[in-house]
Amino acid sequence: MSADLLHTPLHDLHLELGARMVPFAGYAMPVQYPSGILAEHRQCRHEAALFDVSHMGQLLLKGPDAAAALETLVPVDVVDLGLNKQRYAFFTNPQGGLLDDLMITRREDGIMVIVNAACKDADLAHLRARIGQRCEIVTMFDRALLALQGPMAVHALARLAPGIEKLVFMTGGFFEIAGCACYATRSGYTGEDGYEISVAAADADKLARALLAQPEVKPVGLGARDSLRLEAGLCLYGHDIDEKTTPVEAALTWAIQKVRRPGGARAGGYPGADVIERQLAGTGVMARRVGLVGLERAPVREGTALVDAHGHKLGTVTSGTLGPTVDHPVAMAYLPLDHAIVAHEVYAEVRGRRLPMRVAAMPFAPHRYFRG
Amino acid sequence: MTTKFTTDHEWINIEDHEAAVVGITLHAQDALGDVVFVELPAVGTTLKKGERAGTVESVKAAADIYMPVSGEIVEVNEKLAAEPALANTDPLGEGWFFKVHVSDMMQFDDLMDAPAYDALLKTL
Repeated sequence: MSADLLHTPLHDLHLELGARMVPFAGYAMPVQYPSGILAEHRQCRHEAALFDVSHMGQLLLKGPDAAAALETLVPVDVVDLGLNKQRYAFFTNPQGGLLDDLMITRREDGIMVIVNAACKDADLAHLRARIGQRCEIVTMFDRALLALQGPMAVHALARLAPGIEKLVFMTGGFFEIAGCACYATRSGYTGEDGYEISVAAADADKLARALLAQPEVKPVGLGARDSLRLEAGLCLYGHDIDEKTTPVEAALTWAIQKVRRPGGARAGGYPGADVIERQLAGTGVMARRVGLVGLERAPVREGTALVDAHGHKLGTVTSGTLGPTVDHPVAMAYLPLDHAIVAHEVYAEVRGRRLPMRVAAMPFAPHRYFRG
Repeated sequence: MTTKFTTDHEWINIEDHEAAVVGITLHAQDALGDVVFVELPAVGTTLKKGERAGTVESVKAAADIYMPVSGEIVEVNEKLAAEPALANTDPLGEGWFFKVHVSDMMQFDDLMDAPAYDALLKTL
């Protein structure tokens, strides 16, 4: 592996655990441990999985104007976000396309923003250029981020940090976990209940080992993280969404609160608002992101062409694999609106054959978040 | 020497003189990870050396299976199709892919023997 790859604070631990390391967004990251992707996928669905997601970018926006400033970059309600409440958001470009997707949390000390690893430098430049005058932008790129996911995550974590079980989905707080000062949110990207824990780099190894010492917890790599998030119907930036897809095309309008839509108190005011508002009203949308279920056994992967019964090209698969939990092929793709209808059948061209797939509601595997 | 190896990390064994058995190596299954799907050729088709004879897929990736030699497919491992994990748990035994009637034994003789294949693995 290339020597110029960045390491997360848990790099030595990954090697000690026998991880297979791969380059990802400039980092050496564990794609799997010796147990393998299928076992790791099941570990997360049935018990508790510890993921290192320290490659993601953590930032803090400070100052009284930070929320209003951030609203000029995202079509999401930040101003009314309560203390320790978390929300999914995305940066848009003037064409209404998605520059990155992110998580926003209002903390006592500022608004925490977590962005994708591959986008973090561009996101930081974007934030500095657009709202650097209105708030203080503190980068916390050296901090570690651990995700503990799965139905038993709460039991493992509550043993180390009593009280943390009281958090509900998409809320957070400061906690001391195994003697480490952390900011934890009850959220994640697997479709399961769980937590994401921000911790200082110097404490990351100690915290990870304390979590792995719990009987429910095993380390899980990025390979299973990908199959888990796909079964949960969650987008992977750069694959299922990018600067050419809008939130309306990407079927992410649920993330745009009423207050930011036409007629709302703080409607528009973000890049590409004109395009997105037109699309919200039903004009200018050519294709929409859908879920697809394979009716045969062969996995249908990213880049596969989708055609109609006459062989006319309809679109391309953006993510796809054989879902280990649902036990059939699952995929995401953009289809023209007259094909983006649940139960509609299309065909995937795989090695010269046309494999039938059916448009399906997502998630493929039910979300099991803890909402209290 | 009845088992030979290809640079595509397949093995072929001609112990049974009626037909040679083809599968993937320990290295191949390890590199792929958990196998979740295999596509096998149709019995009765004749394929040339190097032609695609099937596919093996893990959660992460798909890889083609190539003909190590030219010949007719005389049998495929239906048990592997039903239970793809056999490619991981017993790649040199129950996880075999297909049997081929070798049309040109010279092609078999030209493949790597075990020491040559082990030497190749050391260069990876």
